[in-house]
Amino acid sequence: MRNKNKFANIYLVLVFVVLYAPIFYLMYYSFNSGGTMRDFEGFTLDYYREVFQDTRLIIIVINTLVIALLSSAIATLIAIFGALAIHHIRSRRAKNTLLSLNNVLIVSPDVIIGASFLILFTIAGIKLGFTSVLLSHVAFSIPIAVLMILPHLQDMSPTLTDAARDLGATRRDVLTKVILPIIKPGIFSGFFMALTYSLDDFAVTFFVTGNGYSTLSVEIYSRARQGVSLSINALSTLIFLFTILLVVGYYFLNRRKARPGAAIAEPAAELGVPR
Amino acid sequence: MQSKGRPYYLIPYYLWIALFVIAPVLLITYYSLFDLEGNLTLDNYANFFTPVYMRMMLNSFWYAFLITLFSLLVAYPAAYLLTRTKHKQLWLLLIILPTWINLLLKAYAFIGIFGTFGPINNFFDLLGIGEQQILFTGFSFVFVSVYIFIPFMILPIYSALEELNHSLVDAARDLGASGWTTFRRVIFPLTISGVRSGCMAVFIPALSLFMITRLIAGNRVITLGTAIEQHFLVTQDWGMGSTVAVFLIVIMALFMLLTGRSRKRGAA
Repeated sequence: MRNKNKFANIYLVLVFVVLYAPIFYLMYYSFNSGGTMRDFEGFTLDYYREVFQDTRLIIIVINTLVIALLSSAIATLIAIFGALAIHHIRSRRAKNTLLSLNNVLIVSPDVIIGASFLILFTIAGIKLGFTSVLLSHVAFSIPIAVLMILPHLQDMSPTLTDAARDLGATRRDVLTKVILPIIKPGIFSGFFMALTYSLDDFAVTFFVTGNGYSTLSVEIYSRARQGVSLSINALSTLIFLFTILLVVGYYFLNRRKARPGAAIAEPAAELGVPR
Repeated sequence: MQSKGRPYYLIPYYLWIALFVIAPVLLITYYSLFDLEGNLTLDNYANFFTPVYMRMMLNSFWYAFLITLFSLLVAYPAAYLLTRTKHKQLWLLLIILPTWINLLLKAYAFIGIFGTFGPINNFFDLLGIGEQQILFTGFSFVFVSVYIFIPFMILPIYSALEELNHSLVDAARDLGASGWTTFRRVIFPLTISGVRSGCMAVFIPALSLFMITRLIAGNRVITLGTAIEQHFLVTQDWGMGSTVAVFLIVIMALFMLLTGRSRKRGAA
């Protein structure tokens, strides 16, 4: 039994090592004065300086954050109503149809989403750039946010809304004072998932950015295609640290609030899982 | 709230479905009927059935299959072992964390790792095997893709395993089933829904990984995703690109229908 345990631990450690190796590899070479990812010559912070002096890059980082925050907020708002719509439909068939339509963008390959949105924006006469990127991010974030909110609506006891109505609450009161507070955790995880989708997206954005406007992943792609440049390493180190901060913050925020642990298992269980 | 008319606040959601779910599929289908000069034609479809595209499609599905298979082989034991650790939530968080690093950065890291002077080749040198061409091969494409998808495979399997009723496993053991039999006859069938979700979460995106084929496989591997990207953004042949997309959509729909049916049975 002990032997078996040891084996298990080695396997897990190996998985973790492989998962993190590339990330630490990038971080390590970001300090290399040699300018390559080959031999480590000496310690330097030059590439970090380069990143902070690169105004174009900083603008792109800001673009990325603006798009992510704005699109997630809009998408979550629309998704709340979408989830309500799906929840309130009585007919099983209509419900399933709506749910399937909701999930189309989750299960479609990114290239198809990108290509079809490119056609859509071209036909609609929307100039490729900020607007088209924002609209696409809103569009592909809505379904995942709906899926995060829906289980909370289903868990909600229908007697609660009935009671509220009986006590004379208006439709609006029921929504804002009963339903929304109950599904709040779902709304937050929906927003958070939308945020990660938006920050991580490359393929769709790549199709709809056009010239002159860029997000971080598109920029990294074009820089990486030109070959190795250690400022990308420095940038990824910064992004990694920022991500850890976000995650740790999110973890503790949720931990303090609700059932310990459940907070993380929940988005995890939903992540990219078509239903 | 339930039935009185259509509340106006649902409009944005229905508008979204119409504009960003239904319209794109129709537009793709419509565009697939036009050639480069804008003439209405079925040539694109005829083109698709030539050996070039057929090979590309087989290639694409073969690689997606390999990526899914290897992800599953690595992820299942990992998910199983994760459920047995203390501080599960923390370990799970550590599995999810790399997915929040942009996948292009991870792919970029592999350019260095697999490169001619990278650590893997240094290691090979040490072993006396000598330098190998790792970057720009099918192997590196599959490896990097599996690397990127593993967390997405682990998560659904992990949650399926978490929901597993442990008394069933104990019962099987008490009735004399060996460890392997218990796994094959009890644990695996009961977690098949997680496996299925994981496979879907990996297989479909694996068909459209054009950026990794470009960065890591150096255009050696051409998938349907690469073809669509090429037609839309490089050669500007939207018609042909749309045709490829139409086939991809049809195949996926069939795929979903097949897996969806069996899932419904499992859920009922």
